[in-house]
Amino acid sequence: MRPFSYQQPADVAEAVSLLAGSPDGTFLAGGTNLVDLMRLGVSSPDVLVDVRRLTSDRVEELPGGGLRIGAAMINSELAADRRIRQRYPVLSQAVLSSASGQLRNMATVGGNLLQRTRCPYFQDLSTPCNKREPGTGCSAQHGYHRDLAVLGSSQACYATHPSDMAVAMTALGAVARSQGPDGQRAIPLTDLYRLPGDCPDRDTVLGHGELITSVDLPALSFGANSRYRKVRDRASYAFALVSVAAALDVADGLVRDVRLALGGVAHRPWRAIQAEEALRGEPATADRFRYAAAAELADARPLSGNAFKVPLAGNLIVSVLLELAGGQP
Amino acid sequence: MDVEITLRVDGRDRRLSVDTRTTLLDALRERLGVTSPKKGCDHGQCGACTVLLDGRRVNSCLALAVAHQGAEIVTAAGLADGDRLHPLQEAFITNDAFQCGYCTPGQICSAVGMLAEAEAGWPSAVSSDFDADKVVLDDEEIAERMSGNLCRCAAYANIVPAIAQAAGR
Repeated sequence: MRPFSYQQPADVAEAVSLLAGSPDGTFLAGGTNLVDLMRLGVSSPDVLVDVRRLTSDRVEELPGGGLRIGAAMINSELAADRRIRQRYPVLSQAVLSSASGQLRNMATVGGNLLQRTRCPYFQDLSTPCNKREPGTGCSAQHGYHRDLAVLGSSQACYATHPSDMAVAMTALGAVARSQGPDGQRAIPLTDLYRLPGDCPDRDTVLGHGELITSVDLPALSFGANSRYRKVRDRASYAFALVSVAAALDVADGLVRDVRLALGGVAHRPWRAIQAEEALRGEPATADRFRYAAAAELADARPLSGNAFKVPLAGNLIVSVLLELAGGQP
Repeated sequence: MDVEITLRVDGRDRRLSVDTRTTLLDALRERLGVTSPKKGCDHGQCGACTVLLDGRRVNSCLALAVAHQGAEIVTAAGLADGDRLHPLQEAFITNDAFQCGYCTPGQICSAVGMLAEAEAGWPSAVSSDFDADKVVLDDEEIAERMSGNLCRCAAYANIVPAIAQAAGR
């Protein structure tokens, strides 16, 4: 591992300015992904700026019924928070379906959002990877890609974003707030993550030294009727093959409103806008759910080894929506 | 780049100088001679390195020692009260919850942390009543909550009853 200096700034402004002067430096929070990537040689910062105590580590009420989650909050406390469990159970379930009890006790909300792909070639220095080393090629395209993307990928990269939490937050319309060298800004999660295109080395639109300070969840009247379901190769402690985060509002047999996002299928948490549009105002029936899922997945371009994900995602969407439709009073 | 830090390990203050790259696990094992936490995968995937860090179970292989200045660490070796074993240690012996024993200190620390989480009412991915005040630790709950600890001898069939016994079931 490359030697690095460890810095513990007093506040966010100092952390941001420290990194502005360190082009090879990076922020450290829980370290559960970063320390591993440093050990593998995938990441080799010369400065670590510890931000674990610089931002809020709790959930606060926002005017109008939304919630603000501090970036330093650990994943296990987020999942256990009563307001999250009651108002946005999809988020609590997503966090609890990720990693292990030990990792959830270390990982922060900000770090979870910014974790890197678990594509095996990204983590293996002996193989070409456009995300790790731009221009070297993609080993996954003709290699092992069972876990990788079926939507929004490019020939340069088929990596998937590994977070469960971010999928639920994307469905809920969450907005990340950041502070960087150019000041503060608010970035909807649907804009935070990039598609790979021809520069897959960049996961997000964040600039160097820009720190996520909190995540805002907007009020959602039907958020309590929400659900996260994750399909994976073992029953616990594994990344998603496909996951679905959904919230559904049904009245008189019709879909009044819906939020839907997919995990494990793309370079970013995939907000299923086309499926949502195909559902609003339509009957809450299995047929309509199937139609909406097909509309979303029409653009899927799977590789030879992960085509199974397309019907799997479709079936999972239908199953979760049926469960939520049946759960309405 | 060396940094001076203090750690409170199993009730004793320990002062040491560490390279910034040193993990908490390596600081404990290689620098302080506390070999109860084990190095299995060194990637946070097996749980053999689990310790209680300021009361919470964590993977010590993914924590940088320098980032935990002044922390209180309890390893499986620090759980006993003199010669009186911790109830989970007793339960692991009574239920023969190990074969080779390599994962056992991590299993026991993890179980101590897990029981405290359940006591605090934290739900798990398999909790049927997600917003319940009281967690009922059936076998499925124990397996899910302990999924961060692998046992290559597959002693799970005895680990789960050991934890259930310690949980008062």
